[in-house]
Amino acid sequence: MGATDTELVVVITMGVVGLGKMGLSHLSIFRAHPEVDLVAVCDSTGYVLDVLSKYTGLRTYKDLSAMLAAEQLDAVVIATPSHLHAPMVRTALEAGVHVFCEKPFTLDDADGQALTALARERGLVTQVGYHNRFVAAFAELKRLIDGGALGAVTHVVAEAYGPVVLAPKGGTWRSRRSSGGGCLYDYAAHPIDLVQWYLGMPTGVEGSRLNRIFSAETDDEVVSTLMYPGDVTAQVSVNWSDESQRKMSTKISVWGTTGRAVADRQEVQVYLRDTAAVPEGYRTGWNVHYTTDLTEQPWFYLRGEEYSAQADTFVGRVANRMTEGPNVFSSAAATDRILSMISADAQGAGGPRERATSTATVAPRRRRRLAFGRGRTA
Amino acid sequence: MDRLLFGDNQFFGVNHMSEEKARSQQMRFQDLGAIMKVLDAAYDEGVTTFMCTTHDRVAEICDLVRADQERYARMEFFPCMPYAHKYANAMTEDGPLGALRRFLPDQSVFSAALTGTKSLASKDIDGITRLLIDAEMSMFRGLRTPVVFLQNVVVDLLLGLGFDEAFVIFADHVRTRYGAEPGFITMNLPRLLDTLERLGIDNPIVCSNINKIGFRMPGGLEAYETALRDRRFRAIAMSVFASGAIPPEEAIDWVCAQPNIESIVFGASSRRNIASTRALVEKSWAPVPR
Repeated sequence: MGATDTELVVVITMGVVGLGKMGLSHLSIFRAHPEVDLVAVCDSTGYVLDVLSKYTGLRTYKDLSAMLAAEQLDAVVIATPSHLHAPMVRTALEAGVHVFCEKPFTLDDADGQALTALARERGLVTQVGYHNRFVAAFAELKRLIDGGALGAVTHVVAEAYGPVVLAPKGGTWRSRRSSGGGCLYDYAAHPIDLVQWYLGMPTGVEGSRLNRIFSAETDDEVVSTLMYPGDVTAQVSVNWSDESQRKMSTKISVWGTTGRAVADRQEVQVYLRDTAAVPEGYRTGWNVHYTTDLTEQPWFYLRGEEYSAQADTFVGRVANRMTEGPNVFSSAAATDRILSMISADAQGAGGPRERATSTATVAPRRRRRLAFGRGRTA
Repeated sequence: MDRLLFGDNQFFGVNHMSEEKARSQQMRFQDLGAIMKVLDAAYDEGVTTFMCTTHDRVAEICDLVRADQERYARMEFFPCMPYAHKYANAMTEDGPLGALRRFLPDQSVFSAALTGTKSLASKDIDGITRLLIDAEMSMFRGLRTPVVFLQNVVVDLLLGLGFDEAFVIFADHVRTRYGAEPGFITMNLPRLLDTLERLGIDNPIVCSNINKIGFRMPGGLEAYETALRDRRFRAIAMSVFASGAIPPEEAIDWVCAQPNIESIVFGASSRRNIASTRALVEKSWAPVPR
């Protein structure tokens, strides 16, 4: 759009699959990107395609394979209902196309791992829409934890509340368990992904409950405790039937041996003890940093700087064939794994302990970091 | 348009800096009486235009204003539609079709058409858009609404999609049906001006963040300054205090010194703050009549 032939800008040709709330939003943001030529969309509902084709000049398809065959795409955004992610991502990767997939990545661990391997094998760029990692306040919290400012982390509380399901009705895929609907996969995935980013994989999960408030088939409330080495725990409390909230609010509180921090979309509030290794721009005692101060202006704004930033990151990674980066498939697959551990724990199917053993292989990474954190502040 | 317009974010728990502050405002303005007290204070300070979303709460405010025409003789509303959360939540619950059906009048032919997978002709899109606008406008019946705005979530979504025709449909319907000027709220001012110019929507009213530190001004402060200097449009500045990041006097002095800004929309929760904003604006611009 902004690029001309005379400029040395790599223009990426893209398509969007799935035109619900997220798909339309991605379509708008990516199409506004100066280094993207967004030419095609794919959805199963005819009237959305009719309208877009008539008014926006996009070429429309009802079938992903047909779109991939007819268009020379560099990358696709997949924003279909969650249960369709795995087969569609596979189709796209097999066609040699870079993939941005909405969260959650897949509903089955095995799919997630297979797709991660496939993308790696083909050298393709992958990214999953965990946009909170692009919220400056959450990124700042990551920086504080990794830099040891809070000391060794002892406890985390991860919360998200919002008004999604407020009555016993609903006819979309979000109300169907088999489609990947429900509070755990659709909502709790966000704070859990942040915990996974901050602390890595838990060794197990305990006390998980998936409660129904209004939904007939799916959960509306999620509670769980993620277990980490050294009796470090992360408590998850999520409720999408909370009408006291105007919109989704996600909050992560972290307690460490030398400080405490609370981050949400708007700000990070940090208390540092006089024993803390105080980072630049901070002081002992209370500190408040606002997302708006920490955020760079995007080229285009639709619903938050973080959505623009994640799109821009993906475009940059595709242009430069950077297979490593934020929210790659392997990272999202790890979050998926935690979601299925919680699901199994809640069902009391004997899954959690087995899971805990099977994921123990990733624990050493965490132990190393804990030891590092303690070493710094001792 | 008046130089000062009164916004409604503070009444509905919208705060760009702090969720805590947003919640305490929601508690404070839970009762309509608390909202009316501030609105009356603004009115008595000469800030008689209420630029508001089409929130259910605003319908109650409209009822009160209609009931006391004498007290509110100078009162004008600048409706901003749609109240996006209403649609977003409906879309999550019922999907795009279901959401549309929910907000269209039951007896409407479009409602019937949408029950199937029947494809939509352009005249249907036109008609649906008009019906949605009418549904949003119904709460303002009998009140003065000289400017009607399309909210930034919708404007910027359409802008990114390249769905230009929708701006024309909106502008035409607002003009012909309501005798009002169409207004556009955006977070992407320079880009929107390009599109509106291409569509032949001349000298449009556009409301966007305009503040000294470039807070939420994508494209950058410089691009906005250039637009204000060189483009033909009627600018309304919002977020002039950048959610409290700029001291009031510095913020207003800077905005008032920019060329081509016709109005400032601001929110406040007390008469004291309204009066002080008024005084600051009067220092640079003309007195605000009371």
